[in-house]
Amino acid sequence: MLNTFMVYVENKPGVLTRVASLFRRRAFNIDSLTVGRTEKPEVSRMTITVDADRDQARRIEANLYKLVNVLLVENITNQPAIVRDLAMIRVAATHDERSHVLELANVFRARVIDVAPESLTLEITGAEDKIDGLLEVLRPFGVLEMVRTGIVAMRRGSRSAEGATAENVAQHIANDAISYSV
Amino acid sequence: MTGQVTGQKLADQKAPPSTGGEEKTGKKIMTGASILWECLEREGVTDVFGYPGGAILPAYDALKHSKIHHILVRHEQGATHMADGYARATGNVGVAIATSGPGATNMVTGIATAMLDSSPIVCITGQVGSKLIGSDAFQETDITGVTLPITKHNYLVTHASDVARTVREAFYVARSGRPGPVLIDITKDAQQSTCEFDWEAARPQLPGYRPDLSPEPAEYAQAVELIHSSKRPVILAGHGIIVSGAMREVRDFAERAGIPVALTLLGIGALPASHPLNLGMMGMHGEAWVNHTIQEADLLLAFGMRFDDRVTGNLKNYAPNAKKIHIEIDPAEINKNVKVDVPLVGDLREVLLELMPKIESIDRSDWLDSIDKLKGDSAVRDIQNLPDSGHLYAAHVINDLWRQTGDGNTIVVTDVGQHQMWEAQYYKHERPRSLITSGGLGTMGFALPAAIGAKVACPEAEVWVIVGDGGFQMTMCELATIVQENLKINIAIINNGFLGMVRQWQEFFYDRNYAATPLLNPDFARLAEAYGILSMTISERSQVVPAVQAARQHDGPVLINFKVEQEDTVYPMVAAGAALNDMIRRPSSIVETAEDE
Repeated sequence: MLNTFMVYVENKPGVLTRVASLFRRRAFNIDSLTVGRTEKPEVSRMTITVDADRDQARRIEANLYKLVNVLLVENITNQPAIVRDLAMIRVAATHDERSHVLELANVFRARVIDVAPESLTLEITGAEDKIDGLLEVLRPFGVLEMVRTGIVAMRRGSRSAEGATAENVAQHIANDAISYSV
Repeated sequence: MTGQVTGQKLADQKAPPSTGGEEKTGKKIMTGASILWECLEREGVTDVFGYPGGAILPAYDALKHSKIHHILVRHEQGATHMADGYARATGNVGVAIATSGPGATNMVTGIATAMLDSSPIVCITGQVGSKLIGSDAFQETDITGVTLPITKHNYLVTHASDVARTVREAFYVARSGRPGPVLIDITKDAQQSTCEFDWEAARPQLPGYRPDLSPEPAEYAQAVELIHSSKRPVILAGHGIIVSGAMREVRDFAERAGIPVALTLLGIGALPASHPLNLGMMGMHGEAWVNHTIQEADLLLAFGMRFDDRVTGNLKNYAPNAKKIHIEIDPAEINKNVKVDVPLVGDLREVLLELMPKIESIDRSDWLDSIDKLKGDSAVRDIQNLPDSGHLYAAHVINDLWRQTGDGNTIVVTDVGQHQMWEAQYYKHERPRSLITSGGLGTMGFALPAAIGAKVACPEAEVWVIVGDGGFQMTMCELATIVQENLKINIAIINNGFLGMVRQWQEFFYDRNYAATPLLNPDFARLAEAYGILSMTISERSQVVPAVQAARQHDGPVLINFKVEQEDTVYPMVAAGAALNDMIRRPSSIVETAEDE
């Protein structure tokens, strides 16, 4: 099954390589990986999805923790979470088909971000299946080009990522300790 | 190694980063190179193993102001194995230094060796100037990229002001938790430029590094219940016992709970060989009764070991009736190879101290008696008990060497292959750190340089190298290092004219097609003479003990070329992929004759 990990790392050169290298070396297959800044300049945040069973997911978490630059790992696969992917889709749209494409974009709440004589470019944000759904209905018109960011994720509720700062990480780990009991 | 500079208690490797000495807190302007040596001294380093070159020259230039003794090696791989041997002999961090490019890449095998055996070493490499990085400059290699998967952590330092904190972090990471190699790559300009040196301010900043996990109370309770309800338990004693310094706790635990102990290769010495509960080595070339014991057990207590494929055999039918308790400092090892029932993640010694008071003393003499019966015909299959055919066997040499040196302050350093397994079987180790060997990576060429490291770390110890004729030739250039440093090291070459272990696999699994395993060797005795090393060539058993005695009495390095039986085989053997109790045994005319009748 697909597991989604939120990984807080030190914002330092080479950390992305370390994480990617770990997945390659341990033969875990990354489905998607995004990385970006957070509200704290010293912390970057990754959202990683991996196809793994429960035991493998636990080992991925433990191996991520072995990287010195990794601050905190949360497996949010079975947690209430907000998950978003962003796609830009260039779809063929002749004069006759244009209004139909726009109608579909409207239904999916996609935005038109570029218009050309023979095509439209749409931007859509949402969970992966929503984007997959739009792609499905656009395919008959001809998808000329498509790019996706891969997912970013957050837990629902009031909990913030403050646990990932240098000062609070110990406390956070104490509360959220990974359990190895079977 | 002493802590005269920092005043910190270096024997206590678990200590958090030291606060440094009171006497040296003043700030001063120094070059990155000088800061490097200053920090090494403050970390307690007294000896480093290295080889100079362009990008590390500023550091070598600054060496003259340091109290640290530099040992010039003949190949950078040797420097890493020496640092590794130094670390394994003492538990203290070993240090190797090399230049950029080829100097750094030559370290790769030694770093990987230290990684797989959790050995704390710090490797320092020079790097081209920071403005040249990425330009394919002369002798530029991305060594942090190269070593990323084979180091516990690594650093690229491009500013003198980062040197102090990086060195402190590197030593802390290398020796804490599950130890391992750390590499620091320092650009030439970072060595040359100056900055204010402030040891106090350069504290490690490792917010994500957590070497200090401990189990939950509920997990202890589960473990205690399994131990008390078990009828046929076995302790699997690994390297973690020695790293954690838990020899006494393991012995106390085994005695109190009445549980026999099987050892991994790197666990040898964790419990004295003469201890009545010590069964011996398990695994591919373990004693037959040890493997049978594990397969019949109803509870395995894995102490600081990682269920390597060389000790488990086929996982599908490994210890099929046994529950498993795994005490291990590295959470990533839990359920990696073998699914365990109770994991206790933490420092082994601390976990055992917590566990011990909860354990009741149980009489398990029935189980111990049945293990005795499993020994069966092992004694008559033992080569020590077979009729003397007039041939010299490696096992004879090693057993005789043990009888001569076993009760002293001896460190045996082996290479990899048949002789390594015979050493593990026939040299009975009573003390931890008295056997130094490359287990996980199985690095041929390890023994000679690692022995140099061990001798530098423990000048009082009697150091014996046991090495095959193949592995010896991989790093024999370090004979020059031995002579240059005037080290009293005794070298026993187990010379069978073959890459013996590979030949053995060819014998069993490749129809005796000895492809590329016969060796044409130089005259090792004359080679030693060329270096000014006393040498002997021995081919009869009666000469073994006199040769060993002569070597011990000689005031200087000695090389003994033991010409042994060419096609002897290590028994027992669990073939790769076979079940642990499915062993190829040494043929014995006594056993076979009895079976015929």
